[in-house]
This record gives sequence, C-alpha cells and structure tokens, in this order.
Amino acid sequence: MSTATAHTEDHHHEETFISKYIFSMDHKMISKQFLITGIIMGVIGMAMSIAFRLQLAYPDTGFPILEWLFGSKWAPDGVLDAGYYMALVTMHGTIMVFYVLTAGLSGTFANLLLPLQCGARDMASPFMNMLSYWFFFLSSVVLLSSLFVETGPASGGWTIYPPLSALPKAMPGSGMGMTLWLVAIVLFIASSLLGGINYISTVLNMRTKGMSMTRLPLTVWALFLTAVLGLLSFPVLLGGGLLLLFDRGFGTSFYLSDIYLGSAGALEHTGGSPVLFQHLFWFLGHPEVYIIIMPALGITSEVIAVNSRKPIFGYTAMVISLLGIAFLSFIVWGHHMFITGMNPLLGAVFLVTTLIIAVPSAVKTFNYLATLWRGNIRFTNAMMFAIGLVSFFISGGLTGIFLGNATLDIQLHDTYFVVGHFHIVMGCAAIFGMLAGVYHWFPKQFGRMLNKPLGYIHFWLTFISAYLVFFPMHFMGLAGVPRRYYAFTLLPEYGVWFDVNVVMTMAAILGGIAQLIFLYNFFSSMFIGKKATQNPWEANTLEWTTPVERIHGNWPGEIPTVHRWAYDYSNPAYESDFMPQNIPDAGSKIELFETKQSLEDTKQKKAPNASFFTLVKNWFKPKTA
Amino acid sequence: MSTQTISKSSTWRGGNSPFKLSYGKLMMWIFLLSDAFTFSSLLVGYGAIRYSFPSTEISQIESLDLHFAENVQDKFANGADAHHGEHFIPALREAGVFNEIQWPSPDLVFNHFPFAHGLHLPLIFVSLMTLILILSSVTMVLGVEAGQRGDKKAVSKWMLWTIIGGFAFLSCQAWEWTNFITAGATPWANPYGPPTFAALFFLVTGFHGFHVFSGVLLNIIVYINNLRGTYEKRGHYEMVEKVGLYWHFVDLVWVFVFTFFYLI
Repeated sequence: MSTATAHTEDHHHEETFISKYIFSMDHKMISKQFLITGIIMGVIGMAMSIAFRLQLAYPDTGFPILEWLFGSKWAPDGVLDAGYYMALVTMHGTIMVFYVLTAGLSGTFANLLLPLQCGARDMASPFMNMLSYWFFFLSSVVLLSSLFVETGPASGGWTIYPPLSALPKAMPGSGMGMTLWLVAIVLFIASSLLGGINYISTVLNMRTKGMSMTRLPLTVWALFLTAVLGLLSFPVLLGGGLLLLFDRGFGTSFYLSDIYLGSAGALEHTGGSPVLFQHLFWFLGHPEVYIIIMPALGITSEVIAVNSRKPIFGYTAMVISLLGIAFLSFIVWGHHMFITGMNPLLGAVFLVTTLIIAVPSAVKTFNYLATLWRGNIRFTNAMMFAIGLVSFFISGGLTGIFLGNATLDIQLHDTYFVVGHFHIVMGCAAIFGMLAGVYHWFPKQFGRMLNKPLGYIHFWLTFISAYLVFFPMHFMGLAGVPRRYYAFTLLPEYGVWFDVNVVMTMAAILGGIAQLIFLYNFFSSMFIGKKATQNPWEANTLEWTTPVERIHGNWPGEIPTVHRWAYDYSNPAYESDFMPQNIPDAGSKIELFETKQSLEDTKQKKAPNASFFTLVKNWFKPKTA
Repeated sequence: MSTQTISKSSTWRGGNSPFKLSYGKLMMWIFLLSDAFTFSSLLVGYGAIRYSFPSTEISQIESLDLHFAENVQDKFANGADAHHGEHFIPALREAGVFNEIQWPSPDLVFNHFPFAHGLHLPLIFVSLMTLILILSSVTMVLGVEAGQRGDKKAVSKWMLWTIIGGFAFLSCQAWEWTNFITAGATPWANPYGPPTFAALFFLVTGFHGFHVFSGVLLNIIVYINNLRGTYEKRGHYEMVEKVGLYWHFVDLVWVFVFTFFYLI
C-alpha cells in the first residue's frame, strides 16, 4: 500500500487537528486515547503504590520526595500521614481496578480489535464510542481532582463500604473526596455502558461475510463476553451508589443503623444495613474481576497461538470456558463476604460455585500449555508477556482455591494473603495480558515496531519484581499480618516481617523503574521505531490485512470475506505456516501462496486436529521414524 | 481500488445478525437489559430492607372496622374536607397500626384520591396511574404499527396520545408525592412508620418517574421529527419502534414497582 493511495483515502475526510486527535470517532484513534489515558492513570496508580510501600518498609523514616509530592500537610517531614496512607491505598485500588484494567484494557483492545478482527468499517455507533471515551476522561479528571480537595481523597478502601463512605463526617476522606469518588464512578459507569452497548452490537451485527461466531478469534470472544459482564454488573453498582448518595446527601438510612459518631453523638439513622451495600457492591465487584482478566486471557490466546505457530488448543473448549467463567462470575460474589456474616448454607453454596470456577480457568490454562507444547515458539516480547500471564494465572489461581474456602477464609480474610492473591491473579496477570497486547498490536496501532531488547529488559524486570513484591505476601498473610495497616512498629509480633517488607519495597521500586523503560520505549518508538510491515507477526486475523497507514474505514475498497477460522497455523496442507482468514479454501484459487500438494493430497491430509482425544491417541501411538 | 465515501449503509455488507435486528434496535435492547439490572438492584435493595421489618399484622387492622377513616372523622368531628393526614395518621398511630418498628401496609398509606378527602380508598389512585401508563403503552403499540404501515398521520396521532398519557402519569405521580410530603414524609422521616419506607418510596418511584420523564422527552422528539417528515424521508419509522421499546420497558418496570411496592 503506497502512501499515494492512503492520500486519496484521506481526501474524503478533511480532518482538523481536533476532529482527528481529540473528538475523533475513528475506533483506532479512540483505542489510542484509551490506551494513553490508561497508561497515564497506571503511572499515577503505580507511583502511589511505591509511596505507600515506602511507608511500609521504613515507617519512621522521612522521605523528602514524599513531602515534595504530597505537601507538608499529608506528608509532614516526609512521613506519610496515616489517613493519607489509607487515601493512597484507596486511590491506588480504584485507579488500577477501574481506570487501568477495566477502561484502559477493555477500552483499548475492544476499540482496536472488535471492528478490525470482525471485519467492520468501524463500531456500530462511532459517536457513542467517542462519548464513551470522553465520559471516561471526565471521570478520570473528577477522580484525580479529589486528590486536591482539602480533606483529601476517599480513604475507605476501593470497596467504599459504609458507614465510612455513607457518613460525610466519619473521617476526613469521607467528605468531599468520597463524593467526588462517587461522581467519578457514575461517569465511569456511563462510559462503560456506552462502550459495552457498542462492543456487543458490533460483534453481533457487524461481522463480515463468512465470519461466523465460531470463526471469531478468541480475543473477540473474550472482549464480547467482557462487555456483557460489564453491561450487567455495572448497573447494580449504579443502584448501590445511588442509595449511597442518598444516604450521604438526603439523610436516608439505607445502609445506616444505630451509629454513634465521636464528633456528632448518636445519629438518627435507623433501619438500614451496611451488608446490603456489600451485596450490591460485590455483585459488581466479582464480575469486575473477570471484566479485568478476560480480555487479558483473550489477548493471550491470540498471542500464544500466533507465536507458537500452532492452532489454539481446544478452540471450542476455550469459548465454552469463557462462557462458563462469565456465567459463574455472577453467582460467586458471596465469597467476599464470608466473614461479614451469612447463613452457613448460603456460604456453602458460594463456596461450591467459587471452586467450580477453577474448572473453566484450568481448562484455559491447560489449553495454553497444550498450545505451547511442541510449538515452533517465537519468543517475541508479546509472547514473553503472554507466557508471563499464564505463570501468574496459575500461581494466583491456586491461592484462589485457598480463599474460596469459607473455613480457611476465617484465617486468611483481610490479611496480606488476599492482597498477594488478587495482585497476582488479576493485577499482574491482567497487566501482563495488557502489555502483551500492547507489544503485539503496537505495529497495528502506530505503524512502527517497539524496540525488542528494551522489551526483554522490561519483561524480565517486571516479571521478577512482580513475584518479589507479591509472593512473600502469601507467607505474611498465613502468619496473620493484616492488610491496610499503616505501620507495624507498635506490633512487635510482626517484627519478623520488617526485612521482608524492605525487600518488597525494593522490588516495587525496581518494577517502577522497569515501567519507565517501557514508557520510554512506547513513546519513542511511536516516532523513531522501525517501520512496521503489514503483517509483522505473520498472523491470520483480519486486522493484519488492513494497510499499515491506518485509513478511515479500515479497508480500501471491499471488506475481506472470511473463509476460515483464525487459527490455521502450520497446517500441513499449505506451504506457508499461516493462512490468513480472508484467503479462500484450498481447492479454489490461492493467489498468495502456492500449495505444496495437489488437491487430492490436501483432502487426505487433514489439518492437525487439536482435540484432547487426538492428543491422547497420539500419545499411545508407536513412534515412527 | 477506487475509494468511495464510506457511508453508514455501506458499513456492513455481510454476516448475519443472529437476532435479525438492525444494530440500532439491538443497542436499545442491550441498553434496556442493562437498565433492568439497575432497577433490579433498587428493588432487591428495597426487598432486603422491607423484609428486615415485620409487617403490619392483619389482626391489628381487623380490630378497626372497614370504614375506619370515616369513623376517624366522626371521632374528631372536624368536617369532611379536613386534610386526610391530619386525623387519619394520628388515629392510626394511636391505635398502634403505624409505628416505628412495623412496615406500614401500603393500602393504609396510599388510600387517597383527589376530591375524596377522608375516604379510605386503598390503592385506587395508584391503580388508575397504572391503567394510564398501560393505556399509553397501547397507544404506543398503535403508533409503532402505524409506523410500519408508513402512515405518518396515524403515527402523529398515536404519539401524541402516548405523550399525553406520559404527562398524565407524571402528573398523577406529582399529586401522590405532594400528598405524601404534605402528610409529613421526607427521606428521613415518615409519619406512617419507619423512615426507610418513605426513603425507598421516593427513590424507587422517583427513579422510575425520571425514566418516564426521559421517555416523554424522547417521545416528543420523535413526535416533532415525525411532523417534520424526517422518517418519511428516511423511508422507515424505526425510531418510533426504538422509543416504543423504551416506553414499554418503562411500563413493564412500573408493573414490578407497583407489585412490589404497593401490592405486597
């Protein structure tokens, strides 16, 4: 594709700077907006985590940089204020969960990949898509603005349990900061709703000819089901948040009952229950975990299949397990509330459903491993991160089985074990999936390649530091070290963990430095990276059939027709080890590739059937020379 | 490889929607599904709070005879046009029917009717509201049907009736709220019983009323567009169908609100 043709494409859309880069309705630009906003939020969230890790490792030491960052009010003499420590933890959680791993991950890759991989010119409604980004942007601004209010940002934890969140006078962070938090989340839900409606209708209605649901790449399946989850769970948080806003602003008592407040005496609230909020919150909160991890799993499926040069193992099983995870995620929320108090029978039900989720998750893990097995693996940067995801998904998933047990949870609840578990399984795993996606689709998004050696350095530093930060937390948690504590100086029984905390903080700083390398790589490669070819990874999916210049409408002329599934790698019927989806079947004319065998041979030699039974059968078959 | 401006119609040229719907209508369905979850969360919250209170027992009401309200008037001898809340509530509080611990029976709370002060007419007014809303759904169906025939005039007529129905419902709701508020109910206080009853009433019916109000606005936009012939030029009346979906949904939600809040 020459630049001349690209020019003629552009001629039809006279674009100003504002319509091209700011209020763009092109899904590729919106995906970049989501990605870069997500990266900025990620940097802020990570900086916060390093700030409070410094406090955990050196509780009494002053760091001038903290005073410089947060001012003498929140970090007098460079030592974090205890209330502000909680505020940082809250904001770190909120930013990472909602802004980076929900909007940053789904927003980026759903916008980029759904139209491209389904074969559509754009999203179903480009205008709503633009609105979706701007609601998200506004929401980010509102959330960050709460850092600058007098009483500080929300500080009751990202789960905003009442009564701390429902009584504006309960503590400093319950005031204006909490209100801004709720406003930000309402805007966020609007963004997620606009986006989700678009994603779902694009997948259902805008697929190109021949792209049946069973031929969809697994990324599309994952992003589609993620959108469904978001669509059905976020409104419940909206309902819960509405009740909370009423409690805060209009004197109702939905979540409040019989409270004595030091500053205000006995309050007049009667009849509510804070447990109601926990139910409503976790009805979102648990699907939210899968909203975070499922796009990452989809990206991994794609990256692993492409770079193993093998069809994904068990495509149908992968789709069914995604469906299973999506369904089950709605009936397990109670496992966050074992200690809150519930009918033991109900607890047992939630225990069982929680443990059942291990089945589809294990199916996915084994399918990744089976895809890797004897593959012709290309260790690209994206592949490294995808394998990293599999590693984190296993180690984090296994501790999930501990936590799903209502009995064990009595010991482990609210300890560092929980922190370690969810940071590994949904924090690190999802971030690794996101980074795999960034490395894999950077050539598509920006038309240039990322620097490969820097990518390896980034991977190894991130991988090692992530395990160093989060793995020791499991042992701390088993020993009973509670989470959300400002300092352990007055609790000598936790003294043995001081040195571990120092190591973890060092590793966190190392991880932060690794992300600086990535940031440099990301922003410099945009301008000075090696020019990308049209299909740098030799992948099958439709996005690599579009020109590198990223034109409006994605394809010049006709949209390609799809003739095969997305995973025709190393098919012995073809000479090339990949076969893009838009190439017609063998038998009809193949212009791009010459087939090695004649037509008769092709019919006899079937594609390697990646099913479990074939694997078992081949296992017992005597080896031939 | 000549390039053409990519218009909406050439956006998609293959594949089949599994639901045989245009993407616009599909989006409306998806939105409604999502909104259904919002209402469900509110109703579930209502259920959780409501059943943490014991209900008014039938035996408590049985001891008062059916014409209790009129007896109250006799007892206070204050003329038939005195405001309902002034005597009815104190009498029932005195009788122990309305108290802070028990969830009040809705048919003792919502028993007013315009120009019928002091009469005990349980749920008659809210039933009328429900009837109005359901009738407006009927007119909406007729409007959609007219749209499918391409009958611009009939679309106008039925949309107008639907808008009138929506406004009528909203007015009724305004009257009911006024009545409830003048009796002394606020989100934090409720003369009929636990304050949460009033809070939930304002929240649930208010949120629904907000949806009805948005629906009326949408209907007005569609009505004006139709008058200007936008849909005639477009060749189809799908927009009428889409707002119709929304309107029916709002109606359906009201049926649930009515059932859970008033009847049970």
